[in-house]
Amino acid sequence: MTLLEVKRVSMFFGGLAAISDVSFEIGKGEILGLIGPNGAGKTTLFNVVNGFYEPSRGEVFFKGQKISGLKPHQICKRGLARTFQVVKPLQRMSVLDNVIASAFLRVKSKTEAEELAHETLRFTGLYNERDVTSKGLPLGKRKKLEIARALATQPDLLLLDESFAGLNPAELDESIGIIRNIRDKGITIMIIEHHMKVIMSISDRIVVLSYGEKIAEGTPQEIGNNPVVIEAYLGEAQSA
Amino acid sequence: MKRFLPLVVLAVLAVLPVIGLSSYMMHILILVLMWSAVGMAWNLLGGYCGQVSFGHAAYFGVGAYTSGIIYTKLGLSPWLGIPASIVVVTLFSLVLGFIVLRLRGPFFALATLASGEVMRVTAENMVDLTGGTIGIMIQQRTWVEKTWYYYIILGIAVVVFVLVRALIESKLGYYFVAIREDQDAAESLGINTTLYKTIALCLSGALTGMAGAFYTNYMGYIDPHVVFGLHDISIITIMIVMVGGVATAWGPLVGALIMVMLAELIRSLPGLGAANQTLFGILLIVIIIFLPNGIVGDHRKIARLLRLGRTPS
Repeated sequence: MTLLEVKRVSMFFGGLAAISDVSFEIGKGEILGLIGPNGAGKTTLFNVVNGFYEPSRGEVFFKGQKISGLKPHQICKRGLARTFQVVKPLQRMSVLDNVIASAFLRVKSKTEAEELAHETLRFTGLYNERDVTSKGLPLGKRKKLEIARALATQPDLLLLDESFAGLNPAELDESIGIIRNIRDKGITIMIIEHHMKVIMSISDRIVVLSYGEKIAEGTPQEIGNNPVVIEAYLGEAQSA
Repeated sequence: MKRFLPLVVLAVLAVLPVIGLSSYMMHILILVLMWSAVGMAWNLLGGYCGQVSFGHAAYFGVGAYTSGIIYTKLGLSPWLGIPASIVVVTLFSLVLGFIVLRLRGPFFALATLASGEVMRVTAENMVDLTGGTIGIMIQQRTWVEKTWYYYIILGIAVVVFVLVRALIESKLGYYFVAIREDQDAAESLGINTTLYKTIALCLSGALTGMAGAFYTNYMGYIDPHVVFGLHDISIITIMIVMVGGVATAWGPLVGALIMVMLAELIRSLPGLGAANQTLFGILLIVIIIFLPNGIVGDHRKIARLLRLGRTPS
C-alpha cells in the first residue's frame, strides 16, 4: 500500500530549479533512502513533503490525500513527522520537556504526555539525560533528541534528515539499531544520509537525486551497480 | 517550603492595609500590584511565548478607555469596565494580532511599538468618543480611602498570577515555550504557531487591559498621553519584567516593587528627579549585562556574589 506519493514535484527558487519533476512512492512499512551529492535537493524535497515549502509544480499525497499546500503543523497532525539536518532543539527546555511538548499533539493531559515522553526517551536511549537542558547536549544526543521528539508525535511516516552525520562509530551502530526498532513498530521511514554503509544496509529502496533530478531508483544492490549513480558521485569526488 | 511561598506572600499582602499604612504608602503598594499584574501579562506573551512586545500600552489604554467610555457615553459605573475590558481588549487583540503576528523577532517588536503609538494618536483624534487630549475624568471617585482599591487590585493580581501559572504548566505553556525556542521546530511538531501565538497575545492583552480599566477607576482621570504612553506604559512594562526576571513566576512582582520604589525614590531626590529616565536606562543596561535573567532568574548568581563579598579571600 502506498503511504506517500510524490507526483512530478518541482521547486523553483527564482530561476533555480532546486527540484525538477521528481516522482516516487513510499510503501507502508518501508525504509526509503534518499541520497545524492551535496546540493542535490534532498533537504528541499523534505521541506516540500513536510509543508515548509509549497511545491512550484506537482503534488504530494499522504494516505491518499493531497498534502501539498497544507501547513507543516497540519501535515504533522496527519501523521508525518521530521527531523532537521541542522538540529533545532528547544534549547532552554530540558530533554524531557522537549519531548513532552511534542507528545501533546496526540494526548490531552499532562500525565499522559509525560508518560509518552518517558516511553519515547527510553526507546531512543535518552532517558538518563532527561533532565539535562538540551542546549548542553553533545551533537550525537541532540540528533537522537530530534528523533525522539518526532516520534512523540506518533507518526506513521518519519522523515530523517542526516540523523547520522557527525556521529562516532559506536553512536552510529546504536542509531542504526534505533531506526530498525522504529520500523519494527510499524513506522515507515524516509531517510537522507551520506553515510553509504548505513544507507546501503538499512534501506529497502533508494532514490538518488542529482541537481534536483531523480537519476535512479532501486534496491541498494541495483543502486550500487548503477553507472549513472557512480558517475554522479565519482564525478564530484574527482573535482573536489 | 517553596510550595507555600505564594500563600505566605498573599497573607502578607492581605494584612498590609490593616496595619495602618499612610495613604502615600498605600498608593505605592497599589501601583506595585498593578504593575506586577501588567508585567505578568506581558510575561505570558514576551517571556514564555517569546514575542517581545514594545506596545503593551495599546492594550492597557484600550482597557482604560473601555472603562472611561462606559462611564462617559453609557453613564454606567466605570467598574463595569473591568469585565467589559476583557471582552473589548480580547477582540482588539485578535485584530491587532492578525496584523502583527505575521512578523517575527525585531519586526514584531517594531510593529507592536508602532501599534501603541497608533492607538495614542487615534485616541487623541477620536474626540467624540474619547474626549481627545482633554481626556476623561471620573467625576465621583468610588472611595476616598485607598483600602478597597488595594484589595481590588490585589484580587486582579492574584487572578493573573494563578492563571499564568496554571497556563504555563499546561499544554498551552509547553506550546508557548516551544514557539519561543524555535518556531520552525514547533511548527513541524504539529504546533499551529499562528493559533497559539494569537492565544498568547489575546490572553496577555486582555489581562493588561483589565489592569488598564482598574487604572481609570483608581486614578479617576485618563488621557491618551498617559494610558497609551510609550515610555510610561510600554517601556516600563518591559523594564519591570527584565529587572525582575523574564519567564519567571515572581519576576514581575519583584520587578514592579523595585521599579515603583526606585521611581519614587529618584523623584524625591532634589536635582536628580528630572533624570529618572536616564537612571532607569542605566539600570536596564546594568541588568542586561550582569543579570540577563533578571533578579529572580539569576538569584543564585546574586547569592554567590553576596557571599563572595563577605568572605575575604
